[in-house]
Amino acid sequence: MKVTLKVWRQKDAQSPGRFVTYVTPELNPNMSFLEMLDVVNEDLIRRGEEPIAFDHDCREGICGTCSLVINGKPHGPHRGVTTCQTYLRSFKDGDTIVVEPFRARAFPVIRDLIVDRSALDRIMWAGGFISVRTGSAPEANSLPVPKDVAERAMDAAQCIGCGACVAACKNASAMLFVAAKISHLGLLPQGQPERWRRARAMIEQMDREGFGACTVTGSCEAVCPKGISLEFIARMNRDYAVALLKGDSPVRAAAAL
Amino acid sequence: MATLNANIPSGPLAQKWTRHRNESRLISPANKRKYKIIVVGAGLAGASASAALAELGYEVHNFVYHDSPRRAHSVAAQGGINAAKNYQNDGDSVWRLFYDTLRGGDFRAREANVYRLAEVSVQIIDHCVALGVPFAREYGGLLDNRSFGGAQVSRTFYARGQTGQQLLLAAYSALCRMIAAGQVKSYTHTEMLDLVVVDGHAKGIIARDLRTGRITRHNADAVVLATGGYANVFYLSTNALHSNATAIWRAYKRGACFANPCFTQIHPTCIPVSGEYQSKLTLMSESLRNDGRIWVPKRPEDCSKHPHDIPESDRDYYLERMYPAYGNLCPRDIASRAAKKVCDEGRGVGPGGRGVYLDFSDAIRRLGLAKVQERYGNLFDMYREITGEDAYQVPMRIYPAVHYTMGGLWVDYNLMSNLPGLFVIGEANFSDHGANRLGASALMQGLADGFFILPLTIGNYLATVHPSQRPSTDHAAFAAAEADVTQRLNQLLHCRGKRTPTEFHRELGRLMWDHCGMSRNRAGLQSALRQIAELRDRFWHEVNVPGESTCLNQALEKAHRVADFLELAELMCLDALHREESCGGHFREEHQLPDGEAKRDDERFAYVAAWEYAGPDRSPVLNKEPLVYEEVRMTTRSYK
Repeated sequence: MKVTLKVWRQKDAQSPGRFVTYVTPELNPNMSFLEMLDVVNEDLIRRGEEPIAFDHDCREGICGTCSLVINGKPHGPHRGVTTCQTYLRSFKDGDTIVVEPFRARAFPVIRDLIVDRSALDRIMWAGGFISVRTGSAPEANSLPVPKDVAERAMDAAQCIGCGACVAACKNASAMLFVAAKISHLGLLPQGQPERWRRARAMIEQMDREGFGACTVTGSCEAVCPKGISLEFIARMNRDYAVALLKGDSPVRAAAAL
Repeated sequence: MATLNANIPSGPLAQKWTRHRNESRLISPANKRKYKIIVVGAGLAGASASAALAELGYEVHNFVYHDSPRRAHSVAAQGGINAAKNYQNDGDSVWRLFYDTLRGGDFRAREANVYRLAEVSVQIIDHCVALGVPFAREYGGLLDNRSFGGAQVSRTFYARGQTGQQLLLAAYSALCRMIAAGQVKSYTHTEMLDLVVVDGHAKGIIARDLRTGRITRHNADAVVLATGGYANVFYLSTNALHSNATAIWRAYKRGACFANPCFTQIHPTCIPVSGEYQSKLTLMSESLRNDGRIWVPKRPEDCSKHPHDIPESDRDYYLERMYPAYGNLCPRDIASRAAKKVCDEGRGVGPGGRGVYLDFSDAIRRLGLAKVQERYGNLFDMYREITGEDAYQVPMRIYPAVHYTMGGLWVDYNLMSNLPGLFVIGEANFSDHGANRLGASALMQGLADGFFILPLTIGNYLATVHPSQRPSTDHAAFAAAEADVTQRLNQLLHCRGKRTPTEFHRELGRLMWDHCGMSRNRAGLQSALRQIAELRDRFWHEVNVPGESTCLNQALEKAHRVADFLELAELMCLDALHREESCGGHFREEHQLPDGEAKRDDERFAYVAAWEYAGPDRSPVLNKEPLVYEEVRMTTRSYK
């Protein structure tokens, strides 16, 4: 099979970008979408042209590096998978496929399809942790965690931090990402001491990074490769409200030490 | 010749680590903050080391080439992490975990290091639970375990099929806390391209900002490499695409010894290769061997039949037949070789006859579909996405693939290389897994090294140097190393040949898989050595790297990594050629027992082969660290 690609090319954040059309060489339907881009890039390099820059690493759907908006949808046509796990058998011979970066004000373009997602890290620095000093932990089984609670925490903890939720949201909101982390730690007994402070600190950092607000359209959940549930946003909102009522100032990690 | 002193503490095995802790040099809190430590990598080892060193008060600078420290390849580990908790009451102990690991490694690891690893394992679980890892639990709320290869007890802790991800996120969260506290400076998109050695001590690195292409110099009182393994020398492996050997290879070329480079792990349960375009191989967790049964048809003529049409009596559950005591849970090297053997006999299944069945129908009958889904759901999903097949209905097809490298930079008991000030932790070092790593032990080693061992042992070196004597980045050694890096990048950009870096990488990978893969022989290795030299020569004349070095250039990144693989591959073959025995993952066809099992030669090869760079166009020097077992006896492994 062969497809036509319309790919966003942009030298850097300062330069304007544009779509460039490429007709692919002969492809195998069992190729992954990224292997198809590899083939196109190999061709470009042989011709001495600069290959299409795109983010990727593990190619098994867990590192969260790969991105891409494929035909208007972050991570391509299927639910519950990343771009690296999208295969060409999901497309037809002769298709035209539009490939864009994750677009959001908080994700400036670095080059072509690569964007800067460091805003997500900075939200984590604000409080995405349990403050425990190495060596000070009690015996692991001294703290029983009900199985359903551990499973629920794991549902949230699966987030791979790819940012598809932001790219899908018309407000470029990062609420699903932040809610996943706040819920993962806030559900577990170990996370209780910092629960309110954490929720407030992470949400305030999210706002500072320029992400939009949530209007509960649910597009984030629909594109999330790990199927993180919108319910976690409701849970986060509740935690945030409680935190505000409690009136705790968001104590940053530095002050907590 | 390098001086290799393993610095193993004296005294009984069970007391060495305690004694070492009591006797290690301490640095006062007021002085700790004056020391600056560079940590390269933020996988389990790098992130945990950065966090733990920062908690102690050191100034830590952490470098990753990823866009975030949370993306390191530890994230992809599926099955679990071992620890000698004995929560199952099945007779486990520190001694058993130690012995299983040492024996699994075919008696080619350092006894004292392995014992310490087993000892520390219990603390790792405590700490990870405290950090919020949502490990699998039983209904009573306490931690659950599963079984892994090479052990007859259940000691593996897990978080669905994403244990590596959850542990990495825990280590990353500890790192985030220290970044927020201002104790760690995090450099992302920044790749280490050389080590700076001043008067024989590691004192800094040269790095490149992958977004801007800017080359920068960084000095420190000590450098910690936590840069993972080199399995991508085979082109196709289960490693992430960017995993590379450059950091450890550059350190080798600056004088650090490279130990047992030929010890590589071929993992038995991966999705088979499907075509030339393939960019990587995907692992199906070893935990599947808990409940899945591996088989091939007894007769070659049945291979093309649908598996449902092959009756029970015509199936060969070959691992259960050959190794009844461990069955499907025998160690990885043994399971991989057995798969190769049955496929070589013409009994492999799937395209090209390079595959065996991993069948869950018995497990589904025994446990019910829901239980199997709960245990392995995400792995079955992953399998379906890649192959388009439903493994609940038809057996999975699997085949061995390169997965891990037991070899790495030589380190002593303090995890310091022979270059003072250079520490190497996690997969990047060689010390704990011998010639074969058991499943669920890599995560254990990464976190043991980073959280609990290095933060203590690094003091033994730091106490001997004074931060006021830290060389500045204006020192001639920094300028020289930077010039080397710039020259190398320019040379790659100026070749302007006709072939892509990936084409060379693929060719190298095929060579290595054929001659330095699951089984090796003298003629093959000698031929590989000739071909690698020739391929390297062609690479430097024919490679084409478009663009420039002053901006994001992924082709340049790739070419630079391939250039280093082309050198490392040679050392691996040399090592495999010199080791005239079979042990663990290193199987020399000339050295096998009549039943085809590995024939180890403890008389001649009970040592660590630590290769020392001797300059361009000169053969590396072989240093030997004898493996002395004080409390265990080397025996022939038997899983029968």
